[in-house]
Amino acid sequence: MIVVQRAPEPGGAGGFYRAFGETLRGLKTTFGRLVEGPQTYQYPEEKVPVYPRFRGRHRLHRFEDSQLEKCVGCSLCAAACPADCIRVVSAENTPEHRVSAGERYAAVYEINLSRCIFCGYCEVACPFDAITMGHDYEMSDYNRSDLIFTKEMLLAEPLERTPLRTESE
Amino acid sequence: MTAVFAVVGHAEAWWIQIVKSLILFIVGFSLVPVALMMDRKLLGRFQGRYGPNRVGPLGALQPMADIAKLISKEQFRPRTSTGFLFALAPAISVLTASATFAILPFGDVVDIFGAKVGLYGVDVSIGILFAFAFSAISFYGLMLGGWASGSRYSFLGAMRSAAQLISYEVSMGLSLLGVIMTAGTLSLTGIVNAQNGMWYFIPQLVGFVIFMTAAFAETNRPPFDLPEADAELVGGYNTEYGGGRFASYYAAEYFNMVIASGLAVTLFFGGWLLPFGIHPPHWVDPFVVLGKTILVMAFFVWIRATLPRLRYDQLMSLGWKILLPLATLNALVTAIIVVVTHS
Repeated sequence: MIVVQRAPEPGGAGGFYRAFGETLRGLKTTFGRLVEGPQTYQYPEEKVPVYPRFRGRHRLHRFEDSQLEKCVGCSLCAAACPADCIRVVSAENTPEHRVSAGERYAAVYEINLSRCIFCGYCEVACPFDAITMGHDYEMSDYNRSDLIFTKEMLLAEPLERTPLRTESE
Repeated sequence: MTAVFAVVGHAEAWWIQIVKSLILFIVGFSLVPVALMMDRKLLGRFQGRYGPNRVGPLGALQPMADIAKLISKEQFRPRTSTGFLFALAPAISVLTASATFAILPFGDVVDIFGAKVGLYGVDVSIGILFAFAFSAISFYGLMLGGWASGSRYSFLGAMRSAAQLISYEVSMGLSLLGVIMTAGTLSLTGIVNAQNGMWYFIPQLVGFVIFMTAAFAETNRPPFDLPEADAELVGGYNTEYGGGRFASYYAAEYFNMVIASGLAVTLFFGGWLLPFGIHPPHWVDPFVVLGKTILVMAFFVWIRATLPRLRYDQLMSLGWKILLPLATLNALVTAIIVVVTHS
């Protein structure tokens, strides 16, 4: 037989305290929240700063001195991608038309962000640090086709920078 | 043969009464969005957030947007519903709520351009009974709405509200007996005038606490919002309602909150009277009443933010086992004191 152990039933004074004393305590607590003021972020105007290792929208990089693309079109990122959202078509660099520092360059580099799961494997797979995960997380759009980011879009600076968390935050 | 109508304290010419009722109607229905907005904004603050602040300055136009949205929705009803009653029920709710507003006094009889006008809808000698009568009818609004929907959720919600309203109506009435006996009148203006010197929430503290508790239950406000307990009943009696009809239920609910606050102000916080012997000119009186009403409404929101919803048996035992004996005792003690001090 299971014996149910219950707390003692409060008597007259105890019951009274439970009904009114505890209610007053609760009222004090909620009033404290009122005095403290809101704790929320007003999102579109006020963005939550992200951590440095936040995995947001991808970015492709160039060498800062020569402005050549770092990507050599090796397709390792596409191979590593579990969601299969990266498409790379490579082409040979020629002396007249040199795009990247290596032998070949990515003629087409597309990421379908509606499929991307932001795992960051592409970043790990890249031997030249050409692709990294940025800090952008505002990528909603009206058309699915607009979510396919081309090489030019990935190379460009993001339009709206997401605030980065500072040391103290 | 005696008249079957209630005796009216001060009656004006018919055209003044029409103007007065129009003004009251407008004031009453503009208090509804205020109450709604206060509920949402203040509740947000109590929970550490802002509440609606996107539509218009500081979100002040949010109720307008809500109303516009609801009105423009399609009027539909379930196949199992009873058409006529389904449409009538929300109207009953709104009607009874606005009828009760008529007896709330915003001031005494004053001179306006030479005409003597009472700053209230009508000063009936049965006063509080009028309010009780209409709150009893308003329960038909919920009950018929729940029944006519032809849905089990609605019907369960309606049954709950019926049981709740009946059990709390009794305690509410008894809790006010003390006030009525001390004032010696049922007329609400009379009660306010009798509070000159001391507001009744001091001598009638027990009555006040019972009245407020019962008022929460009567207006279906948390922690007694069992008729529409969202988590268990979807939406209670208004589950099947949408669009304008839902809007009228919603408006009636907030209207009831305004009225309950107004009644609390009138009966326990001295209506238009101010403490410390301040006697402002008569045109200030309505604003005093409105200000006090809004403060009591803030208390309603405060309670909503604080207390969790009661279980159904807890609600019933609180009503019948605690509030009712307490209210009876309060009435008894007050009666003895009144007899002793007045003889």
